[in-house]
Amino acid sequence: MSEHVQTLVDAVALGSIYALMAVGIGLVFGVLRLVNFAYGQLIMAGAYALALTNDQPVLVSIALCFAVVLALSLAMEFAAFRPLRGASPTTMLVATFAISYLLQSIALVRFGAIGKIIVVIPRLSEPVTIGSVNIRWITIVTILVAIGVFAALTLLLTKTTIGLQMRAASIDPQTARLLGVRANAVITTAVLVSGVIAAIVAVILPMAVPERLLVGPDYALRETIIVLVGVVVGGIDRLLTATLGGFTMGLAVGLLAGFLPSSGTWPFTSSVYLDSAVFMLVIIVLLLRPEGLFIRGRQAALERV
Amino acid sequence: MIDRRGLVAVLGPVFVLAVVGIVGSLGSVDPALEVEFRSALVSVAIVVALYVFVGNAGVVSFGHVSFVAVGAFAAGVMTIPVELKPTITPGLFSLLGDHSVGNAASLVLAAAVGGVFALLVGIPLMRLSGLAASIATFAVLGVTYNILNNWTKIGPGPLTLTTVPETTGLLQATLGAIAVVFVAFAYQRSRFGRKLRAAREDSAAARAAGIDVRRERLWAFALSGALSGFAGGLLVHLAGTLQARDVYLDLTFLTLAMLVVGGVGSLWGAVVGALAVSALDSFLLRAESGEIGVVNDLLGKPLWGGSRLVGVAIFMAVVLVLLPNGLTRGREFRLPRFRRGRAGPQEAAA
Repeated sequence: MSEHVQTLVDAVALGSIYALMAVGIGLVFGVLRLVNFAYGQLIMAGAYALALTNDQPVLVSIALCFAVVLALSLAMEFAAFRPLRGASPTTMLVATFAISYLLQSIALVRFGAIGKIIVVIPRLSEPVTIGSVNIRWITIVTILVAIGVFAALTLLLTKTTIGLQMRAASIDPQTARLLGVRANAVITTAVLVSGVIAAIVAVILPMAVPERLLVGPDYALRETIIVLVGVVVGGIDRLLTATLGGFTMGLAVGLLAGFLPSSGTWPFTSSVYLDSAVFMLVIIVLLLRPEGLFIRGRQAALERV
Repeated sequence: MIDRRGLVAVLGPVFVLAVVGIVGSLGSVDPALEVEFRSALVSVAIVVALYVFVGNAGVVSFGHVSFVAVGAFAAGVMTIPVELKPTITPGLFSLLGDHSVGNAASLVLAAAVGGVFALLVGIPLMRLSGLAASIATFAVLGVTYNILNNWTKIGPGPLTLTTVPETTGLLQATLGAIAVVFVAFAYQRSRFGRKLRAAREDSAAARAAGIDVRRERLWAFALSGALSGFAGGLLVHLAGTLQARDVYLDLTFLTLAMLVVGGVGSLWGAVVGALAVSALDSFLLRAESGEIGVVNDLLGKPLWGGSRLVGVAIFMAVVLVLLPNGLTRGREFRLPRFRRGRAGPQEAAA
């Protein structure tokens, strides 16, 4: 029983991380209609910043991580997103795919293929016993941080002028501009907020997911692909559905990883085939609900994206 | 049926490919370079196969390398001599382990496997809108890689497939690429191709005119999958070895870069892009190993290892920003208006 609870809590934590990434991707998509495939490379850059400053005090290290990720976010916005403004969503998706590869290749040239270990706050990896369940501190922290980020984001989007403008721009960019919303300010804000979330994920991911303890050029790439698929499955048109999609993917990955046996000869029957099992679920969901898992009604079925 | 301009549009690329094949076969070319000519031609086949869907439907697919992968592994596993199979890929289903086929049959098999696979995954994926479908194709790539990399009943799993007969010589590479170009051209001039291109330009108007966009996309996806599988067959016979990792994200990126650089909207763009990026790729690879004197002089040392993908990515990003429609601006091959006999514009780069 207790290991089931443990698996569930771990899965919720993984879902929280994926939901954070989904929000980061969804925010930029909302205002720019741009699916940022290079989002994982922002996390990679942050993780490198952490790994290279392992010997520094932890706050310095984290501050540097935020600085690097935000600088890179802004660089992406000015060097790539801005020239591509008005291009078709497909062109922009392919462009961010190229940026992702560019950053990976640069990391490969600069740091090599061998992963570097990331040490952030070792104490958080220790377990805590609640009843008969052993949970690592970081699992609890992850869930709390995610809740905190979503609360802050909700406040930003509903209680501030720039948040209102962001929501307006994501519903109808032309009309929003006509009504005096400055497009570039809104977009830059969205890119920066999305960057802050990427930095938070970069700090949490190495502690929360044991396979992500080492940072290499393809760091967070698998997560990005899974989250992107999750965002689409949830419904990319709205931030809430996109986030729920990301969360669901994390939950599914976490639960399947916990419950699939560690060996088995047929596909989908062992944890070696975890990715296949998850993506097969996705394909089944797409068959049943092509308009998005959390979209109500069928009005979204036509080409809107 | 085919007017003069249409004839030029298909014969131009075919002529360029033939020239590439002939130049590659000239005796003075060293063997290492000859391999690069062959692999450039196979790249053309893969990119044109990708173009059949992406170009005509206007929907980017990140999953096409899955069809290349299943085609390559099908052709590879089925052409290894039966007596070697227990050592190269132990654990195969007996149907796969006890039989082998020849080169030509393996290419047909690769096309069939790729096409059927694409048709099956296309049924759920083509229900999605354009952008969502693009991203969902990643799921196909993920599943394919994951299974090919682990399931030893259908292939080598995490091991490397070796001892595949190296039958993709220059002749087979050239003819293969030309065959794919002909099929792609025939499709885009057909009723089905034209319906899909109409839907690409204006999906609502196409729907109003009675075009079932989803069905047309599905046919294109399946045809494109079959051609990708065929190209995968060419690929595995090129080097004789294959790992699941070889037909995963790197190849996806490289082939998409080729298509985008050349211009997504035209067959000529696919050919030009594949040849141009192959040329750049070969050049950078040689610069990395210190074979290009100019680069050595400029930097004082060979190019950094791994710069290859940096170069290709920068090239792709720059082309995307400056020429969103690619080098060919989405136009088909045309003869220059007043002067005849000018050399094809791009093969000098290869």
